Amino acid sequence: MLQSFPILSAILALPLLGALACLLSKADGARWIALATTLATLLLCIGLWAAYQIGGPQWQFTEHQAVFGRFAWALGIDGIALMLIVLTAFLMPICIAASWTAIERRVPEFMACFLVMETLMLGVFCAQDLFLFYIFFEAGLIPMYLIIGIWGGKDRIYAAYKFFLYTLLGSVLMLVAMLWMVNFAHGETAIPVLMATHFPAEAQTWLWLAFFASFAVKMPMWPVHTWLPDAHVQAPTAGSVILAGVLLKMGGYGFVRFSLPMFPEASAQLIWVIFALSMVAVVYTSLVALVQQDMKKLIAYSSVAHMAFVTIGLFAFNRQGIEGGLIVMLSHGLVSGALFLCVGVVYDRLHSRDIDRYGGLSNNMPGYALLFMVFTMASVGLPGTSGFVGEFLALVGAYAINSWVAAVATTGIILGAAYMLWLYWRIAFGAARTPEAALLPDLSLRELAILAPIAAAVLWMGVYPESFLAPMRADVDYLLERIESAAPPGDAQPTAGSPAPAAAEAHH
Amino acid sequence: MLQDFLLVLPEEILSVAALLLMLAAAWAGDRSAPLLTWLAVLSLAVAAFFLPGIRDAGGTAFYGQFAADSFAAFAKVVIYAAAAVSMLAAMSWFGRDRDYRAEYPVLILFSAIGMGMMASAADLISLYVGLELQSLAAYVLASFQRSDTRSAEAGLKYFVLGALASGILLYGISLLYGFTGTTQFAGIAAALADLSSGELIGIVFVLAGLAFKISAVPFHMWTPDVYEGAPTPVTAFFASAPKVAAMALLTRVAIEGMAPATDSWRQIIIFMALASTVLGGVAAIGQKNIKRLLAYSSINNVGFALVGLAAAGAAGVASVLFYMAVYVAMTLGAFLVVLRMRDAGGEPVETIASLAGLSRTRPLLALAMAMFMFSLAGIPPLFGFWPKFLVFQAAVEAHLTWLAAVAIATSVIGAYYYIMIVKLIYFDEPSPAFAETREPVGAALILAAALFVSPLGYFAIPLLDAATQAAAWSLFHPF
Repeated sequence: MLQSFPILSAILALPLLGALACLLSKADGARWIALATTLATLLLCIGLWAAYQIGGPQWQFTEHQAVFGRFAWALGIDGIALMLIVLTAFLMPICIAASWTAIERRVPEFMACFLVMETLMLGVFCAQDLFLFYIFFEAGLIPMYLIIGIWGGKDRIYAAYKFFLYTLLGSVLMLVAMLWMVNFAHGETAIPVLMATHFPAEAQTWLWLAFFASFAVKMPMWPVHTWLPDAHVQAPTAGSVILAGVLLKMGGYGFVRFSLPMFPEASAQLIWVIFALSMVAVVYTSLVALVQQDMKKLIAYSSVAHMAFVTIGLFAFNRQGIEGGLIVMLSHGLVSGALFLCVGVVYDRLHSRDIDRYGGLSNNMPGYALLFMVFTMASVGLPGTSGFVGEFLALVGAYAINSWVAAVATTGIILGAAYMLWLYWRIAFGAARTPEAALLPDLSLRELAILAPIAAAVLWMGVYPESFLAPMRADVDYLLERIESAAPPGDAQPTAGSPAPAAAEAHH
Repeated sequence: MLQDFLLVLPEEILSVAALLLMLAAAWAGDRSAPLLTWLAVLSLAVAAFFLPGIRDAGGTAFYGQFAADSFAAFAKVVIYAAAAVSMLAAMSWFGRDRDYRAEYPVLILFSAIGMGMMASAADLISLYVGLELQSLAAYVLASFQRSDTRSAEAGLKYFVLGALASGILLYGISLLYGFTGTTQFAGIAAALADLSSGELIGIVFVLAGLAFKISAVPFHMWTPDVYEGAPTPVTAFFASAPKVAAMALLTRVAIEGMAPATDSWRQIIIFMALASTVLGGVAAIGQKNIKRLLAYSSINNVGFALVGLAAAGAAGVASVLFYMAVYVAMTLGAFLVVLRMRDAGGEPVETIASLAGLSRTRPLLALAMAMFMFSLAGIPPLFGFWPKFLVFQAAVEAHLTWLAAVAIATSVIGAYYYIMIVKLIYFDEPSPAFAETREPVGAALILAAALFVSPLGYFAIPLLDAATQAAAWSLFHPF
């Protein structure tokens, strides 16, 4: 039954309708409408997960309406998209709840922006038509620009411009590459068909670079990451959560969906670019995170470092690496989102993100300190949390292809532990550095309801990652099948020795 | 001969209507202006209804001097619609100060006849006659507010520079005629098969003269000054219908008249395209006046349309037409919003800064303006993305991928000032609110334009695709 009902279109339409309803209502009404809409979308997405046949066809819930002439309203998901859709739908009600009291001005518009954003993000993961994907991908700039610019902090305008223009410049080149591909494929715009098209090797390099320009900015990779700290710091809490939780994942999703399967030769040929930039990112941004005074900025830089694990894993050309990269994406979506929410909790109380103004919060906010610790540990990659599974797999995969990359990336885990634990220590332990900090009340019920589900998901993913890996496994198979012919050899091949019989030795 | 007169039926209808309305204006005076405006709109609608080339293939009239094909028909529909909208917008805008005069619709009608001739011209002489008819009406319109020195200055500037452009164009025409021995596009194309340097110079001058009319860089200098000085409804008109007519004319001259010399004129078009997108983007950033900003925006957009022309194939021509159709909707929409900018005393305001915080004082107007700005910037899911997409697609199909890549990168420059307007409207603290306006016609037009540039516009793609492709086809298969 579910297969014939256009469930993906319904999932995309629901938040849009909610956005319209929000615009027409008052502040309180808009809050409840937004919450109800996002919860209903989450329910639909859980239904989607339940109905998804693991081991079934590669593309499920497909829809195809040729209403636009040159491109089609073509939707469909595989396991990778399914997981990201569930992640998005899971974070959205949390974002709405986190903005419940933090957003006081222009609430209906805020909620409408968020709901439009949800449709566009889900659309990116659902789209099965190249140009439909581009439209969803690019359209997300508008609501995010407004969210940062209207409800952001002091330097919000600079941050909004930087976010908008940076990501726009990245993605326009991708459009030209898409046009070239469609022209080469005689007007074919279906992503599944293009994934199986063999593009000439010399063109692949250019196409790969054009897509890379877009995804590297979105991801973001060093050195085009500089928009991220600005955007994160200035965005309202919920905006940061969505930015870190979902928008950054579009870069990784793009690599898995386009760069790797469509241009396997170029991916192998330019693997050094990915590895070099990722290695720099892991070490450099971790060090930068270490010296931050602003909590949000610290977490923003840690995001860049964590996303470097994603790129290293995805381009490892083996199962462990790709699955690891995907799990890091999911895990980082939960953990960094949760960390931004944790910052938001204290920011709402003290209106400061300066680490020096806190301290000793474990005394007066024990519940907060506990949950914050769970997320800190997950960010560090403690076994039993989601962070461990993904980073471990990604590093195993990286080791198989290049031991130096694995070695350098592993230092990121150590540095990650350093800056996260130090952050936690300065905020939660010791004595309060300011008198206000000692008086902060513990989590309210609403805040608990926001953070507890994420903590549960983080532990679930850490203890039993199979729930999340199983739907994606077949898709990783397809991807491996597509790229294995181009896979570069690893640097740790067994070498033939020069065996000599021991007996001959003894004669001399 | 009767066949010929049937093919120019829309022009005849408009000519007769314009003359009758002029008589009526002379007898009935300015009190009749609103009625005459509605009658003018009606005559445009009737003329559009009788356009040849929509239901049939059309044909050529007067020994091949006038082509009434699907290409001309598409351009004329857009031109007539834009002319009608700018008339209706002017009616209430001038009406507030009671200085709306009955000549206005008449002048627009004469200009529309000229623009129709431009779109249909298949001969250098009919090209020039159409162009001058349009321009002369436009010079008068620019200085329509006689008492306003800025308006008079704009009219004079427009006239002097327009005359210079006409001179350059005529010089090019005379060279082409001298070297090819004909003024008909088909004959010129046949003679250009082996290109002599005299013919090449002729081509350059003709293109330069036409570049003035579409205000492509480096022949754009008059645009910001004239746009700023002319009364705002007139500016809205200048930015829409004449641009379409001139672009259609340029396309027909290049494709029908200079096809064998494509490689030569393509270089010129590419240069003008990139120079326009870059300069239209950079120069707009420092502007303080919204009309000047929109002038640079139109330069910028013309640059993108020229990318489609540089592609030169049927896909390229279709993309140019598509671009101009959507561009007209976006630009007129933006100007209709500007027309509503009046301070508490009812005086028109033109500073960009006065838009600050519009989202608080006039949320719906702000939403519409933001949509037009994002659409002009070509950000999906707004419909302004699609024509840009089409011109780049045409360029890529014509193996001009590098041009598409460079042009699309320059679109980011333009995006900066469009989102700057959105920033003013949404992020900044409100400046004094605009006076309340009660202009149902204007509001309805803004709504229509906003709906067209909204994602709903994508449902129009199959229809517009079919129309533009039929139009492009007719250009490559002359009778």
